[in-house]
Amino acid sequence: MYWELELILFIFLLITAIIALESKDLLVAAVMLTMFSFLMALLFTTMGAVDVGFTEAVVGAGVTGILLVVAIYQTTYKTED
Amino acid sequence: MTNRSPSPIILLGTRFLSPYIMVFGFYVIFHGHYSPGGGFQGGTLLAASLLLIRIASGTKIASLQFKDYLATPYAALGVVIYFGTGLVAMIMGGYFLDYEQLPIPGLEAADLRYWGILIIELGIGLTVMTVLTLIYDNMVKGEDYA
Repeated sequence: MYWELELILFIFLLITAIIALESKDLLVAAVMLTMFSFLMALLFTTMGAVDVGFTEAVVGAGVTGILLVVAIYQTTYKTED
Repeated sequence: MTNRSPSPIILLGTRFLSPYIMVFGFYVIFHGHYSPGGGFQGGTLLAASLLLIRIASGTKIASLQFKDYLATPYAALGVVIYFGTGLVAMIMGGYFLDYEQLPIPGLEAADLRYWGILIIELGIGLTVMTVLTLIYDNMVKGEDYA
């Protein structure tokens, strides 16, 4: 029933994952991981797991993004590989 | 965190947004027993509202909202609330976290379960909020901070 919406979400999920892996700036990677978590939460919600999706939205898109940004501030912005 | 000039737009935006996130966190905690959510999610939302102020305005302004030395006692208090409720039910003759045995007068068994789950979720939310704030403070201040 919702397969068009899920297809669009999966495409954006792949795009954000590839950008997070390939980007040289770590802040871009952190923001892309936050977007990945939010899309994952939307996918969990469309699959019917509302509680899992809520936890993923709160933890993955909220607190983990802040902690990743703090870790980047403490170390370095650029990847070396 | 770093010595950059503060932006008044970001400061005003986070000061506007933080109380609403906190109210939604309390909503999630208090509706945790019959809707999605609960102590962990609500506590994480409360921590997100605290961390938003901390990451936007620095530790000096953020300490007006939540003092950083209060984090460890409040986390211990949340654990004490959780295990205290369970142990009181155990002392009164039931199993661990057996809410029907809680010594609250004037309530039936269904109401006792309702209030018992609410008390436990308040403890869980307090611990999750303070521990996530504590992780942020430790990451910002470095290794020497207790």
